Formats: sequence, C-alpha cells, structure tokens
Amino acid sequence: MSPYIIFFLLFVAYPLIFSFILMFHRWNIVTPMQWIGLKNFEHLFSDPQFFRALWNTFVFLFIHIPLQIVVALAFSLLLHSKIRARGFFRALYFLPVVVSGVVVTILWQNLYSYDNGVLNTLFTKIGFSRVPWLIDSMFAMPSIAIMATWKNVGIYIVLFLVGLQNISKELYESASMDGASEARQFLNITLPMLNPIIVLIVALSTIGGFSLFIEPYVLTGGGPMQSTISGMLYIYNQAFYFGHMGYAATLGFVFAVIILIVVLIQRKVIESEAV
Amino acid sequence: MIKSSVKLFLLLVGAAIFAYPFMWMLVGSIKPETEITNLSLMTSNASLHNYEQVLTKIPIERAFFNSVIVSLATTLSVVFFGSMVGYALARLHFLGKNILYVIILFTMMIPFQITLIPQYILMVKLGLTDSYPSLIMPTMMSAFSIVIFRQFFMSLPQAFIDAARMDGCSEVRILFSLIYPLSRPTIITVALLTFMASWNEVLWPLMVIRERSLMTMPQLVTLFVIGGEAESQLGLQLAAATLLALPVVLAYLFFQRYFIESMVHTGVKG
Repeated sequence: MSPYIIFFLLFVAYPLIFSFILMFHRWNIVTPMQWIGLKNFEHLFSDPQFFRALWNTFVFLFIHIPLQIVVALAFSLLLHSKIRARGFFRALYFLPVVVSGVVVTILWQNLYSYDNGVLNTLFTKIGFSRVPWLIDSMFAMPSIAIMATWKNVGIYIVLFLVGLQNISKELYESASMDGASEARQFLNITLPMLNPIIVLIVALSTIGGFSLFIEPYVLTGGGPMQSTISGMLYIYNQAFYFGHMGYAATLGFVFAVIILIVVLIQRKVIESEAV
Repeated sequence: MIKSSVKLFLLLVGAAIFAYPFMWMLVGSIKPETEITNLSLMTSNASLHNYEQVLTKIPIERAFFNSVIVSLATTLSVVFFGSMVGYALARLHFLGKNILYVIILFTMMIPFQITLIPQYILMVKLGLTDSYPSLIMPTMMSAFSIVIFRQFFMSLPQAFIDAARMDGCSEVRILFSLIYPLSRPTIITVALLTFMASWNEVLWPLMVIRERSLMTMPQLVTLFVIGGEAESQLGLQLAAATLLALPVVLAYLFFQRYFIESMVHTGVKG
C-alpha cells in the first residue's frame, strides 16, 4: 500500500500541484523561476497559435469520429454473420492497433507522397488526378484523420461486434413479426442498443485527438502553414524548442480542461439523442 | 439482406486495405531504392542491403535492448504493484480505503497533458534525465491496472481466502501462491496492455532521453526518419520501420486472442 502512496505523491500529486505553481511563472529550467501572475493566461488567450492548434484538433475530430464510427459499424455488421474466416478478418483489421504509431506514420508518409506515393500512383492509374495529401493545408489534417482511423478502427470493430452479440435475438424476431423492415430494425433496435459503445468510441477518439503528437511530428512537423499543429505538438514545441516551461504547463492545463468539457458535452448530447 | 458472397467480397477489400501497406513495407525494405515506388509486391533483386545500412547508421540493436529492458521492467512493476494494491483494496480492511479508491479513480480521469511538463521537470530536478529510471519510474504503477485487479479479486469467493487465513497463510502468501494462479487471464491482460503501451511510447522518451545509446527503439527510428540520417532513402526508412514493427507483430501472432480480448475488456486505446 505505502509504495503506491509514495508513487502517487511523487508522480501524480506533486506534478499536479507543481503545474499550478508553474502556470504563474516564466521559467526556462536554467535560470530561477520568475513570478508573472496571470501573464501566461493573458498570453494564451491572445495567442493565435493556441487557437490554431485547438481549431486543428476540432478539424481532426470532425472527420475522424464520424468516419471511425461508420467504418467500424459497417465492418462489424459484415463480420456479425456466419461468414468464412471471420477470425482471420477480425485479426487482420486489428493489426494496425498493436503496431507502433511511428511505424504507421512512416508507412503513410510514403502512401501519401505526392509524386510517387502508392495512393497517387493508384489514382493516376485509374484516371483521377493526384491529391496533395500532406502538402496542402486544406488536405493535411483530414489526411491525418484518415490515417488515424485506419490505425484505430480495429478496436472499435471488435467493440461493436461484442455489442451486436449482446443484442437479444428475440427483439429482432418480434420486430419482424410486426412487419418491421430490416432498415427499421437497424434504426430502432441495433443503433439504440449500440449507443453505450458509441459514447465510448466518441470519448476515446476525442481524448486520442487531443493527444495527437507523433503523427504530425513525423509527417508534417505541424505544417503546411501550421494546419497540423496539434495541441500536444504545440505544448512540446513551447517546452523544448522555446524553453517556455511555464507557458507549456499553462497550455497543458487549459487543454486538459477543454478535454474534460468536450467529453462531458458529447456524453450529454449523445445520451439525450438516444431517449 | 446482403448476399454472403457480396459480404465476403467487401471483407476481402477491407483485408487488402489493412494488409497491403504492411506487405508493401516488408517488400519495400528488401527492394533496391529505384523499385520501391512501384506498387508491385514482387522483386527480382531482393537483398538485405537496406537492413545492413540501418544497422551501421544507427545503434538500433542497442535501442532494441533498451526498449526490452524498459518495457519488461515497467510491465513487471505494474503487475506486481497493481495486484498488491488491488488486493488490498478488494480484500483488506484499513482506514481510508474508500478515499484511496476514489483518489485512484480520480487519477485515471486526469488528462496526461496536465502532468507531463511537471513530470519532466521532476526528472530534471532528480537528475534522472538520460537514464533508465526516467523511462520506467513515471509508469511503474497504473491506476488502471489497480482497478482491473481489484475488480477481479472482488469476484473471488471470500470463503476461499478465509480458509487460507485460517491455515495461517500471510496475506502476501495468499496473494502470490493462491490467487496468482487463478488470475492468469487478468495478469495477461494487464501485462500485454502495459507492455504494448510501453513498447510503443515515443513522446516521453523524446522528452527525457537525449543520449543516443539510451534511446528506445521507436524514439531512435523516429529521429532517424525525420532527422535526415535516412537521407530520404525510402528503403532505409522502411527497413527501420519493419524492425520496429517486428517484435510486436510476432507477439501478436502468438497471443492474438489475448490482445483482442484484453482491449475489449478494458475498452482502452493502445
């Protein structure tokens, strides 16, 4: 028991308290800390880069979350039937989940390459024009959102499958006796029953979106034109390129508060829709 | 109702979307540079040249060793402490037990963004940057593993533990020789998830490790790819990525069922 208390004090309580102290200081680790009151917060609310990072995160979530749910639901419905090699497909779709984000990012960097990436080569072969996946500020963040969906969707396919298995068959039987079409059954039985899983997916994807780091760090370095600067990347840059420890801590605190608020709002909205 | 032949076709398209990039990576890593950008998965000029280059340019075998040490130490520690604290919370009576449990649940809800910078500063102050402890210590215990263990231990019959206590077993003995053999699935779940998260972690090593010989594998590969050492040679990047992916993919092949079940049980993101 007591080792946990020591651990808790050192790695949870102390950083929490220290982050509150840091927020009111200017500090580059080397020279002594300097008390600056609320200056960090003043700076934050007039910092276009902060709002850019926040905006980018919302762009990411706006594409990533619906895409993730639709793709995961589609594949789980396909797999939720007597089909050959079910286990094989499930295992394969899950593979990107276990592999390091670094590997996935290196892979997609080359798939997305403008001149000779796999995707553009394929597109030109079937008569489409090249897409500026990572080099256009309109496309870069959506491209990262697509990549993140590819990486994570396996978890959600499996979660949906569990959800589908838990829906009682009798519900469908009595519905079809009443003459409800399959589409109706899907809307009135399947979707509402899967609602708790959708809530979970939305929350996990949101937290993931705010933690986005290695993908833009490797793929784009935050560019083009700062269109892929994520919250975490901005915190990292402030702390380690500029040595603004106080400001980085302030950013971390504000992002953490935003995450909690967004997750709470999402939960309220989805749960009220369900009733 | 969609016909099952259509379903199978759609599933196969999906399989291609998930499998092709990995196969392309594997084949690309043994192709000569000029052939990589074509889409074919065939080559007549396969060689291990790219791997030789990676091995001479960066100390990747050393990074592999570092990653193994760090991930193993983290995993053992999380299982050991997680089960002990989980057992205490589930089966022992002591003052402040409920408060402690609430605190543990609370720590699970704190977004890591808030503690990241202070944790880094703590490492600087303790003089631990550029050392194994800086990589292991902050993740030595996890609230998440405590909660999972507690849940499992609560489900064990109390009579079983009482009998052992009557026979004069100490609590530590009860935990390690009686309960551990029963907890295999839980231990495997916690161990796999912890190992995977630790193996794949890259942000924290980038913060606390500057010394090349102490870098973890994903960190070294990241810096290799973006730092210009790969000299924009695609083959080298793919070879390094393949080496990084290999251990986890091999583990996945063997423990596939456990991986998927663990993730489902805990609904956690990897």
